[in-house]
Amino acid sequence: MPFACIYVPNFPVAARLRAEPELRTQAVAVLEGKPPLEKVWAVNEKAGRIGIAPGMTKAQAQLCSELAVRPRSALQESSAHAALLDCAQSFSPRVEDSACDTALLDLAGLESLFGPLPTMAHRMFRRAADLGLVGNVAVAASADAALLAARGLPGVTVIPLGKEAEQLGPLPVEVMFADGLSDTQKEKSGQLLATLHRWGARNLRALAALPEVALSERLGQAGLRLQQLARGTASPTLVPLEPPLVFEEAMELEHPIVLLEPLAFLLNRLLEQLCNRLAVRALAAQELRLTLELDYRAGASDESHDLIENRGIPSESAAPHHEEKSGFAPNAPHHNQLFSSTRQNHFCRTLRLPLPMLDAKLFLKLLQLDLNAHPPGAPIVKIHLAAEPSRPRSAQSGLFRPPSPEPEKLELTLARIAGIVGENKVGSLELLDTYRPEGFRMRRFVAEAEPKRSATGQKHDADQKLNSPWLTDTAETKSAITALRLFRPPLHATVTLHDSQPALVVCAKKKDVQGEVLWKAGPWHISGDWWEREAWARDEWDIALQNENGVALYRLVHDLLGGAWFVEGTYD
Amino acid sequence: MSTAVVSTSAALGRHFVFDAEAVPEPRPFSMAGVTPASRLSVRPAPEMVSSGIAAIDELSGGLPRGCLTEICGSASSGRTALLLAALSAATQRGEFCALVDASDALDPQSAAVAGVQLERLLWIRCGESSPQKHFSTRQQSAAKRNEGRNAENRLEQVLRVTDLLLESGGFGVVALDLADLPLQAARRIPLATWFRFRRAVEPTSTVLLTLEPQPMAGSCSSLVMKLQADSGGYLSKSPLAFSPGRLPIPEISPGPSHAQLLDEIEIKAELIRSRAERKPVGSAAVAFASRTAWADVKAG
Repeated sequence: MPFACIYVPNFPVAARLRAEPELRTQAVAVLEGKPPLEKVWAVNEKAGRIGIAPGMTKAQAQLCSELAVRPRSALQESSAHAALLDCAQSFSPRVEDSACDTALLDLAGLESLFGPLPTMAHRMFRRAADLGLVGNVAVAASADAALLAARGLPGVTVIPLGKEAEQLGPLPVEVMFADGLSDTQKEKSGQLLATLHRWGARNLRALAALPEVALSERLGQAGLRLQQLARGTASPTLVPLEPPLVFEEAMELEHPIVLLEPLAFLLNRLLEQLCNRLAVRALAAQELRLTLELDYRAGASDESHDLIENRGIPSESAAPHHEEKSGFAPNAPHHNQLFSSTRQNHFCRTLRLPLPMLDAKLFLKLLQLDLNAHPPGAPIVKIHLAAEPSRPRSAQSGLFRPPSPEPEKLELTLARIAGIVGENKVGSLELLDTYRPEGFRMRRFVAEAEPKRSATGQKHDADQKLNSPWLTDTAETKSAITALRLFRPPLHATVTLHDSQPALVVCAKKKDVQGEVLWKAGPWHISGDWWEREAWARDEWDIALQNENGVALYRLVHDLLGGAWFVEGTYD
Repeated sequence: MSTAVVSTSAALGRHFVFDAEAVPEPRPFSMAGVTPASRLSVRPAPEMVSSGIAAIDELSGGLPRGCLTEICGSASSGRTALLLAALSAATQRGEFCALVDASDALDPQSAAVAGVQLERLLWIRCGESSPQKHFSTRQQSAAKRNEGRNAENRLEQVLRVTDLLLESGGFGVVALDLADLPLQAARRIPLATWFRFRRAVEPTSTVLLTLEPQPMAGSCSSLVMKLQADSGGYLSKSPLAFSPGRLPIPEISPGPSHAQLLDEIEIKAELIRSRAERKPVGSAAVAFASRTAWADVKAG
């Protein structure tokens, strides 16, 4: 039963490099600790070559000018660990989360799917690299052999069955002692390691050659276990992990961001990582949640405030859309509360997609458009991006189907149009079950190639007919229906009555709509909602007025509750 | 054995020797990159789709795909009836349509009655006003002061939105409702914009439809129709029906106003220009009636 292991050496540095790929060519050290007492926690290979080692103080490390020093980020390590597990689970359903930098995979039965073991190992290596993690991949007949090989041998290693002891022999005994142990375990491991060094057993071959009985007498079961590991004969049980499908990426910023351009740059990086993770799990995003942690103290300073106002992120007063972190109810604080002590530090935006999508560039554009319309209003110190996973859309296009807009392109177009005309001014119509004027609401436009003709679709048609009392089958007869063109808002009119009927209409706003009433029909009295505060009652007249181009027909409305007259629209 | 051709350049006093096999044969027409007119491919006639009104289909053959169609006319001339009929026909064919409404004038009830499948219609409402602020005289006075500026803003919105829609593609009909815009503002649309729209829509199967008071796109439009209320014979079937061209009405329908009903409007459609016809179409015209939504209810 073959096993594979993916190991990311210098994991804190690798997590940092995943967020900042431009540092890959440099020597990097990650610091841990509170600011005056920071020490080097991990270094990459280049930093090790120039003499930087874990345990050095920050001052010592910074003596090296070419060294890039970064603080340790738990958020980025968590994201990198999730990416490592995503990479492993894209190959095998049985994955053990051995350590933050190690994932063990059961490859039984996967050769028919991914090819021979060497091919599979190389694919794992490439996929981990695609996810921003440069690690070692090893495949062996036992899980422990794969683990030791991945920890000790760089790149891709495939150990044939029975060759474990031979391949693992040259590795130093230190590879058997994992990082991240508790203090007690570390102490015991240190004692064992010191003992082995005193015996001269510096590599696994030497350890494997020791007599079993003598080793057992001196080191007990722990010694035997180490020897089995060194021989590659240990066969532990794999503990598969079933992590929840959580796709989150986060980034802590050393300096607050006050402009949208650098924010877009960072968002692009996070989105690419998120999309790569979704892609390896064969999933797409149905919803994106962006949470920005804001620094109001930095925003209160004059310099930053000028930047926010003049150069980059517009102030909150333009679009005050701060939302609760847990939700996205548009409970916007007033501008006066900008620097109040009760201010929320989190700015959340949720991007709901009509269909599952997986395009980082599209997501970035949508987020940019959304942030342009709803700017955060304060410098940003932390970015958190989460995706709600969903199965990718599968659409079968047909030769004889009419063309329809591509959902991804349409979503971007709609977002851009909403930026031009306003969010509530674009969409499709939905009639409401009321006779009240303007009895409709706007809803999201979704280009579904196949309309739902199920019970829901039939119900919708039925509802539409029910809601529209004048709906008949006239559309099928290919005859025209006289339409009403509405004036929004309706034109206030001064009406002269003769025998309680309109005889003269004067509309100050529109010169065309005035004059003697040439013909009239009505009144048609309608009212509704009398049991509510928003009661309405009106008389409607159809009138004909002479204008410079001939005769035009209008709908004249008398608001019975307010007493005013309005020209509501023209028949056309 | 190849023969050599020796060319003498008197000016330079040098001899150039070429291999005869390497010398290309002289061509009768050697203007490289220019295709003779006889070899130009003839652009196929655009596919025509139904406008939703039989009389209009009879007149123009329908609405051309990949072309710009202009529908002109004054108020109450039936432009919106034709627009809704076209949208209805397109949505019932399963296509998605977009309406760029410069004046926010669409009546959803009328659209539903005309048979437009509302979930397939993308409605873009340009302008500043909000439907929630109706019956507000304060809003009206503010709007009056800014009327000219609003018209320009709306026009700018229409043009930008149309560019985006045409770039996005996939719509069966993209309609621009410029009917209520002031003529001065509508005339400010540069001809280059219409050319751009035509080029954008040409390779697609989209019907680009504009409603305007007067034709504005010039030669960019493939089909121009002018609508007007019929001032000719009055052919209504209902004794109470109204024809706006047949005034004064009170002499013909002297009944009380509540006994009268607006049944239908008779419309005359005239073909101003059609790319499909080689000759000027001249006075090709057809008449049809647009019936109100309640006319059939009354008849029923």
